[in-house]
Amino acid sequence: MSKFNPEGSKKTMTSITTASLPDVMFMLLFFFMVSTTLRENTVNVTQNVPYATELTKLEKKSLVSYIYVGSPRGAYKALYGTDTRIQLDDKISKVDEIRPYIVGEWEKRAEEDRPKMTVSLKADEKTKMGIINEIKTELRKAEALKINYSSKKKVVDQKY
Amino acid sequence: MARKKRKFPEIPTASQADIAFLLIIFFIVSTTMDVDTGIYRVLPQWVENVEAPKINKRNTFVVLINKNNDLAINGSFAQISDIKDRLKEFILNPTDDPNLSEKKEEMVEGLGLVSRSQGIVSLQNDRGTDYGAYIEVQNELVKGFNELRDEFSMNRFGKKFSKLTPEEQELAKKAVPTAISEAEPQEIK
Repeated sequence: MSKFNPEGSKKTMTSITTASLPDVMFMLLFFFMVSTTLRENTVNVTQNVPYATELTKLEKKSLVSYIYVGSPRGAYKALYGTDTRIQLDDKISKVDEIRPYIVGEWEKRAEEDRPKMTVSLKADEKTKMGIINEIKTELRKAEALKINYSSKKKVVDQKY
Repeated sequence: MARKKRKFPEIPTASQADIAFLLIIFFIVSTTMDVDTGIYRVLPQWVENVEAPKINKRNTFVVLINKNNDLAINGSFAQISDIKDRLKEFILNPTDDPNLSEKKEEMVEGLGLVSRSQGIVSLQNDRGTDYGAYIEVQNELVKGFNELRDEFSMNRFGKKFSKLTPEEQELAKKAVPTAISEAEPQEIK
């Protein structure tokens, strides 16, 4: 080694101990496990949700059911065309499938959680209100009255 | 021939970091972190063949969006930016204008007599209205009501609505209810 070390110093590089590396990794792991939720399903319709300022956060994800509305994207475009479609779970569905879906979601929850169930309507901003109203009517018939019009935070210039 | 006492073999921990690292990568890939936000609304109960309740004309604030996303308030064209101020004027009715909403002194438990507006916002839209435009209007209406609640809380408790305790928030919500009715869509020419 000294051949490559013209100074001929006796100091050797102290290596960092790796004994605590597993602990660091586990801490990171626990952070991720606690702060995230499992990805539930792939959304196959366009999702440019509108922007708004008066937002409410949906706290408990386990109490939320999702209805996605938008035009099919990716491989689904060839199959379903570009008309607005509704996606429940993983399937592109029809309006009259909403009620059985809500009932199914209702039954999945524990009894004490059922009144707190919220439906998050994730609709593309280019969707026409016709289909939204049909969904709303179905939700009212299914007695899923708490809904959330999913939207993103709009940044407003405070000066003006 | 005494056998040497065997030492308990130690499990090597060198690969533990790699295992943990693999698990982290699995969790990063398979989970999401985004918080769902949106405009929260409670829909009215579904009732078959219900007759529209009779509401005095002065107590309705009709916001209409047609299929070209044009806006009308009580039958005349308006801009999105007008909604909030028009709504607040309609609900507060500071000059007791007979064309704006009626106010009634009502008992609210925990607050005593509160002059509560009888006004109702009726949001009507066409089948062809864009969802984006609809949400924009909803947002303005909710903003109007939130500001009214803030003003009420300032007068009553000396704090903004968001700074109140949950009980006080409930009271403020009772005093300034979010009165938005979402009618069935109509064909609007």
